[in-house]
Amino acid sequence: MANVLAYAETRAGELRKTALEAVTAARQLADATGGGEVHAIVFGPAGVAAKAAQLGQYGADVVVAVEHDRYTNNDPESISATIAERAKSGGHRYVVGVASQTGRDIAPRVAAKLGAAFASDVLEAKADGDALVVRHPGYWGKVIMTLKVTGSPTVVTYRAGAVTPAENAKSARAESMAPAADPAASRVVVKETTQSTKGRPDLAEAPIIISGGRGLKEAGNFKLVEELADAFGNAAVGATRAVTDEGWRPHSDQIGQTGRTVSPQLYVAVGISGAIQHIAGMRTSRAIVAINKDKEAPIFKIADYGIVGDVFEVVPALTEAVKKAKSH
Amino acid sequence: MKIAVCIKRAPDSETRFKIGSSGTGIDEAGVKFDISDFDSYAVEFALQTIEKGGGGEVVVYSVGTDASQETLRKALSMGVERAVLLKTDAPVFDSMAVARALAAELQGGGYDLILFGKVAADTAAGAVGAMTAELLGLPVVNSVSKLEVGGGKGTARRDLEGAAESIEFPLPAVVSIDEGIARPRYPSLKGIMAAKKKPLETKPAQLGDVRLSIVKMELPADRPPGRIIGEGAAAVPELVRLLQTEAKVL
Amino acid sequence: MLPPMQDFFDIDSVLSEDERAVRDSVRQFVDEQVLPIIGNAYIEGRFPREIIPQMAELGVFGANLPEEYGCAGLNNVAYGLINQELERGDSGIRSFASVQSSLVMYPIYAFGSEEQKRHWLPRMATAEAIGCFGLTEPDYGSNPSGMITMAKEQADGTWRLNGAKMWITNGSAADVAVVWAKTNGDPSDKSIRGFLVPKGAKGFKAKDQKGKLSLRASDTSELSFDDVELPADSILPKSGGLKSPLMCLTQARYGISWGAIGAAMACFEEAVAYAGTRIMFDKPIGGFQIQQQKFADMLTEIVKAQLVSLHLGRLKDAGRYTPQQVSLAKRNNVDMATDVARECRRILGANGILAEYSAMRHMANLESVYTYEGTHDVHSLILGQAVTGLNAFK
Repeated sequence: MANVLAYAETRAGELRKTALEAVTAARQLADATGGGEVHAIVFGPAGVAAKAAQLGQYGADVVVAVEHDRYTNNDPESISATIAERAKSGGHRYVVGVASQTGRDIAPRVAAKLGAAFASDVLEAKADGDALVVRHPGYWGKVIMTLKVTGSPTVVTYRAGAVTPAENAKSARAESMAPAADPAASRVVVKETTQSTKGRPDLAEAPIIISGGRGLKEAGNFKLVEELADAFGNAAVGATRAVTDEGWRPHSDQIGQTGRTVSPQLYVAVGISGAIQHIAGMRTSRAIVAINKDKEAPIFKIADYGIVGDVFEVVPALTEAVKKAKSH
Repeated sequence: MKIAVCIKRAPDSETRFKIGSSGTGIDEAGVKFDISDFDSYAVEFALQTIEKGGGGEVVVYSVGTDASQETLRKALSMGVERAVLLKTDAPVFDSMAVARALAAELQGGGYDLILFGKVAADTAAGAVGAMTAELLGLPVVNSVSKLEVGGGKGTARRDLEGAAESIEFPLPAVVSIDEGIARPRYPSLKGIMAAKKKPLETKPAQLGDVRLSIVKMELPADRPPGRIIGEGAAAVPELVRLLQTEAKVL
Repeated sequence: MLPPMQDFFDIDSVLSEDERAVRDSVRQFVDEQVLPIIGNAYIEGRFPREIIPQMAELGVFGANLPEEYGCAGLNNVAYGLINQELERGDSGIRSFASVQSSLVMYPIYAFGSEEQKRHWLPRMATAEAIGCFGLTEPDYGSNPSGMITMAKEQADGTWRLNGAKMWITNGSAADVAVVWAKTNGDPSDKSIRGFLVPKGAKGFKAKDQKGKLSLRASDTSELSFDDVELPADSILPKSGGLKSPLMCLTQARYGISWGAIGAAMACFEEAVAYAGTRIMFDKPIGGFQIQQQKFADMLTEIVKAQLVSLHLGRLKDAGRYTPQQVSLAKRNNVDMATDVARECRRILGANGILAEYSAMRHMANLESVYTYEGTHDVHSLILGQAVTGLNAFK
């Protein structure tokens, strides 16, 4: 029977969706290894304990709240020290997180502090005797690796979106803990966290992504992509490397090998040729639509629904059609 | 300023991979290798920092097999002064083991800045930088898209989902580099010739316990073949119908 | 960007690590900086000057000249690989580099005074100064020994230059022209000397030739000299006779033999990739026998050409090569490249006439490469004479 510690991520004192994913994954792992306890650890300013109580819905037996006003922003040094301390004192066999940008920052620090084996960005994890066997995409997602990790404790992060939050209500006893390292003494200081998207979901969380490439010809034409995203309502806007290299869109919008990897329900590629480097970032999307005037464009090989045509004609027509469909 | 950059040999990003006969590695035949992408941005940043700041030294380190010598020599041909190969018999996928080997070597090196790429192209774990920093007791900032160092401290920007962090930290520190920091220079032909005379030291890597191993590598399932459903704006009604009834996303 | 063609005969294994590194560095530069712009530059009929500083920083100019003159000091196989990779981009790009390196820096290095070398070579390595090579004339192409451009020495040691040169790459852009002229009224080719003629010299005009259907991404100019006054130190002191410009041509022809391989490789890779995805009669056209036979023939010719140039490079590095060997390489490799380019253009079907694909651009360019630096037929006679001992030129 193994106790599992789940790092439940917050931002500005609010739980992120990845927190629910981490607790769900921890619950599944605990149940698969004899039904141990899931302890969720949450960091935030005063009041985060109340917000964290809902983690019980997703399987947390205990919710450990670490409240400090410095936790309005990320504080990787004191947060990782505290997680490591809790893992030790709680004798946790596994420490589970999600490989969001913050998760990727925290988890390896925790692993190193614990001298623990570490599996990063996994699609799934199964216990196999003393070991944990995980599946993890490598080589720009072109190869799926099955890895075996031994040693106790083991730190593991799941790819964002790989685990669907599942309700599995448990007691969620509340505990509070003081930071194991004083945030005021942290050497790395996050001075501020600024929001960059204007009311659209982030690429990692959006169920629909409308993405634009060089076929849009100039920065101003991205308006077409934004209008289509607005028509869908819950869509994010992405871009190819060609476009971010030109400076039409910020680098953080880039989808591809050296940018973001996304896995939405629907990916609409507008004026994108489908270079290998781009495909690597979106090939696991559930449904792919491509609009491009070149019928030989490689994107059409993987698009479930391809339209060969001028983006300046097709996209406005699609925007209108989507608006109409949604208004029914 | 003394800067160390930890780099790795990785296959070229345009390659279509095949799984090797052992089933636990890729088939390397015909695959082109180079410095892992993000690592090369780190090397470029280090070189530019020394060049702008009027002096210092850049040294590169790599944990890898003998084949990594060519990778280190490419860094030398970009202008790095010195290279150290921490040699292993086979590629190592255990981030903690790699971090141990690097920390053992970097300890006492007197570096103001130790740079990593944010994630390696092949192992894709993105952990070695942070782990090495923890072992060395140094502050670490991961995955920065903007970086400035000088006067004993650094400022950086990290991109989050839909947000960005502004960070300050003291030197010496470890930083891992995201894209957008610097475009790596092409090794000049003179640089390639000069690299031959620069020191490249090889010593065994002190990995410690290796606790992560590869059970299997496989290619992901293919998507079903693409379908063109029509041409021009006339195809839009059919697309909407399919998105509603088949894909069920509308 | 296409993945490079497979190294079918494992030629990489007989290249040194440096040679491969040089090849890879130039290849990456061409893939990232040249290929995205070259189709448009070709259509516009302009040499893309904006890449010159990067080419200089890479160190491609005079790459096989010594480090003491600011050059990279590479061996000749590496120099050949540079040419191969540049021409994999475009023959016009490679021509710019060949002229600067083999036809301007080389003669200054081989025939110039120490002052001339120290003044010009480092500047040309960085492309601070660009040069051109004036040998061919409107009425004297294959027969340079018939040239009529004439330089007359004056009492005060200066020279007066009169005449015209044609088909001069880099002519209008050049800061200095290396001009070959007969001297002091002597019509025999023994009187030929080399002169450095600076841009802006009174009476010196350079004008671009228009209406080209080949080598469009390259400056090709006419030069005219109308009583141009040249100081005494403009002469290349160690130059003398037709041999001097021919030695320069041998250098350039060596590089061109490699360049042609690059053009052929580019066309081949493109056609193979196309044939793998172009579906006709329910299967990729690469699966039909006619296409496969074409690929087999082209692959064979490319491999043969690689081995010819590689061996020639090793001979050159050993100080043992002959101009006749260079003729064999230039003649063979350019001829096979013109065939490969044409066949590849055909494999691309209708798409093959678009500038978006490189085959037809290479095909058109290679006609110039076939004709310049000694036409194919001239090299046939050079080889014929080498075999039989009999001169068939006249």
